[in-house]
Amino acid sequence: MLRNARRGIVVAACLALIATNAACSDDAPSSSGGGGTAAAVPGVTDTEITLGTHMPLTGPAAAGYSKIAPASKAFFDYVNANGGVNGRKIKYLIEDDGYNPANTQTVVRKLVLEDKVFAILNGLGTPTHTGVLDFLKTQKVPDLFVASGSRSWNQPEKYPTTFGYQPDYTVEGKIIADYVKKNFPGQVVCHMGQDDDFGRDSLAGVEQVLGADGVKSKQKYVTSNTNITPQIQAFKTAGCQVVISATIPAFTALSLGTAAKIAFKPQWIPSSVGADYTTLSGLLGPGKALLEGLIAPGYLPVSTDSANPWIQLFQKVNKEYNGNAPFDGNIVFGMNVAYLTVQALLKAGKDLTRENLLAAVESGGFKNAAVGPYRYSKTDHSGIGGMQMGKVTGGVQAAFGPVVQTDDAAGQVTEYTEAAAPPPANGIPTV
Amino acid sequence: MSTTNPARPAEQPQTVPVRPTRSPMSRFVVPRPLRPGQGSTLLRHLFWVAVAAAVVYFVSYGIDPFRNYQLATVAAYLCVTAGLTMLTGLNGQLSLGHGALMACGAYTVALAQNEFSDRDLFGPWRLPISLALGVLVAALAGALIGVCAARLRGPYLAGVTLAVALVVPAFTTRFADLFNADQGLSVYVDSPPAGLGPYFPPERWQAWIAIGAAMVSLLVVANLVNSRFGRSFKAVRDDEVAAKLVGIHVARTQVLAFVVSAACAGLGGGVLAVISQSVSPSVFGLTLSLNLLLAIVLGGLGSLFGAAWGALLLVLLPYLTTEVTRGFDLSPRLANKLEGNLPLAIFGLTLIVVMLVAPGGIQEAFRALGRTVRRRWRRT
Repeated sequence: MLRNARRGIVVAACLALIATNAACSDDAPSSSGGGGTAAAVPGVTDTEITLGTHMPLTGPAAAGYSKIAPASKAFFDYVNANGGVNGRKIKYLIEDDGYNPANTQTVVRKLVLEDKVFAILNGLGTPTHTGVLDFLKTQKVPDLFVASGSRSWNQPEKYPTTFGYQPDYTVEGKIIADYVKKNFPGQVVCHMGQDDDFGRDSLAGVEQVLGADGVKSKQKYVTSNTNITPQIQAFKTAGCQVVISATIPAFTALSLGTAAKIAFKPQWIPSSVGADYTTLSGLLGPGKALLEGLIAPGYLPVSTDSANPWIQLFQKVNKEYNGNAPFDGNIVFGMNVAYLTVQALLKAGKDLTRENLLAAVESGGFKNAAVGPYRYSKTDHSGIGGMQMGKVTGGVQAAFGPVVQTDDAAGQVTEYTEAAAPPPANGIPTV
Repeated sequence: MSTTNPARPAEQPQTVPVRPTRSPMSRFVVPRPLRPGQGSTLLRHLFWVAVAAAVVYFVSYGIDPFRNYQLATVAAYLCVTAGLTMLTGLNGQLSLGHGALMACGAYTVALAQNEFSDRDLFGPWRLPISLALGVLVAALAGALIGVCAARLRGPYLAGVTLAVALVVPAFTTRFADLFNADQGLSVYVDSPPAGLGPYFPPERWQAWIAIGAAMVSLLVVANLVNSRFGRSFKAVRDDEVAAKLVGIHVARTQVLAFVVSAACAGLGGGVLAVISQSVSPSVFGLTLSLNLLLAIVLGGLGSLFGAAWGALLLVLLPYLTTEVTRGFDLSPRLANKLEGNLPLAIFGLTLIVVMLVAPGGIQEAFRALGRTVRRRWRRT
């Protein structure tokens, strides 16, 4: 009896203690922090700006993509070593989500609520990032330059803080289809797509140009099933001569390998997402000869084009700040994202707030390594709008032909004539 | 039934899931002396659940939103581990497919919630109904698997449940119109009730929902374990022949254990869908199923406190390993190699160390510690 009573007292005492603790907490934003002073902006101090990202450093999508965030970080380090942005150094927190949407939920909440980042930058993946859009919107966190070409990032009314980066898959599909229409007239065109927004948006773009009956066979795959022989066999049976594929690198390689096995040799035109030569030849190993003649669009300079001043800059930064990691398209991608971010931060000015940053991105007009124009405006949150075709010849991927641009609706594919500008001599971004 | 008979009938070699001498699970079946005047089990459990809920309620006010989110995730996992530890620890059935059962609950909740909002049906009753549907669907799936499982033993049972875990992605791809393949569905979730104030953090609301669900499943499992059914579970686990001899319907008992455990998994999955506001097959893959098993073994097999430790570990270990990794200052070259892999290595190392230090799980280690302290106390 006495024992029970003692136990009861202990429990009651604990509860009372916790209750007093709880009574002290206050959910309303504190008055000292609500004044809009620089100190009140999360993730920004007089000396530092904290940004965060979620990336697949492990798991099925890690191949290649795991190099993006370290490359961005290296470029930020380069800028930091040269004085930072308006005197502030950029701190880049990289969280691994393993391409698992549940992990993305956790790590993005951690970045925003615990690490108090100023903005989320370049979060990678359609299924992963879709899940955190609502959260980021409620928290009013700038969600910059999502590393995926889904059209979901371009919904300024619904998600005012989210911005895309690369050309969306519909734009890309239209540009590829336009190229095919002009250069492979009368040939049988087929489409291979990942069974999500990636494949669907791409097909929508292709059909916009070629018409619904312009694509003879449409096949889909899921990343969880690596046997795509049935799909490739269906292409062969349909007599496809050109196959446009919305595939990630692993499945571009798999498609080429599987097709070679059944002696099926169409012209492959994969999406830029899955067309980096260095990544693909690494995946194919001895079979990399299959990549010969591969045509794919790109929106950044090709990583092997060492005559390009942008590639020279990124190679230099890679050597000095990224441990000289094997240089490929992922590193170019990551560094250009960092370059664009620094441009946006500079444009937002010395009095850095989240509102300023969003307004700066919406004001648009950014120029960097991207071959086409950035489309950012108050009503358009999609990223780069132009692409250039590239071809593998003699084991070297090189861009050719004009830069073309279009939109994700019924607009024509037109030539983009503005000449590309080289980077500043010291490589530090300017607005 | 606590003493396992070393001289088993020789003609029944296939029914030896546990070692003939004292099995690691048999410590749970040591009959405790009945304490007179303790009152009804249900009331006692209700009291402790109320106390725990009150403590967590107050705790949720004292911590920041991200900790609340973690608390909610722990509670969601606790729903599952409580049911799984009963199934594996007390009934001796090994399931590698509980991730799939969670998926049943999660997808049902997602579809129900989205259906409600599509039809403009609003109200506080929506979430409980969706969760109940999730539990129902998971329980039905559990009944189906349970019926198969009751015929299988040891590795064969593990094989069937493994197949269940693997079938989830294929299923969502096959019926892509409904489940949206790999990309999954987003789940419509109401914001916290307006009565809680304009600055009420949604994470705390989620934590309350999750804790409510965890308390319900803990209550159900705790009561079941302490009832006639619980004793049948243990009897079946220890010796099926002996259990049959005392009149226990072995298959029925096993199916019941599986259904209850599946219902708990469905509840946990549904709550997880609500917390993360999205469902997709990669969340409920084989890794999750294996992690759940790992959690209950690491926490202490067969004990509900062990299940709680396990749920805590599932959330905290990945978090802490990443935090530890951030503390290292690596050169860029090394960082490129280790980024992402180092947390995994630390995770694995931690598991090995825990298993070496506390082979019976964390709860057992605490019990042993308590015994030692008490012995010392008495000696002085």
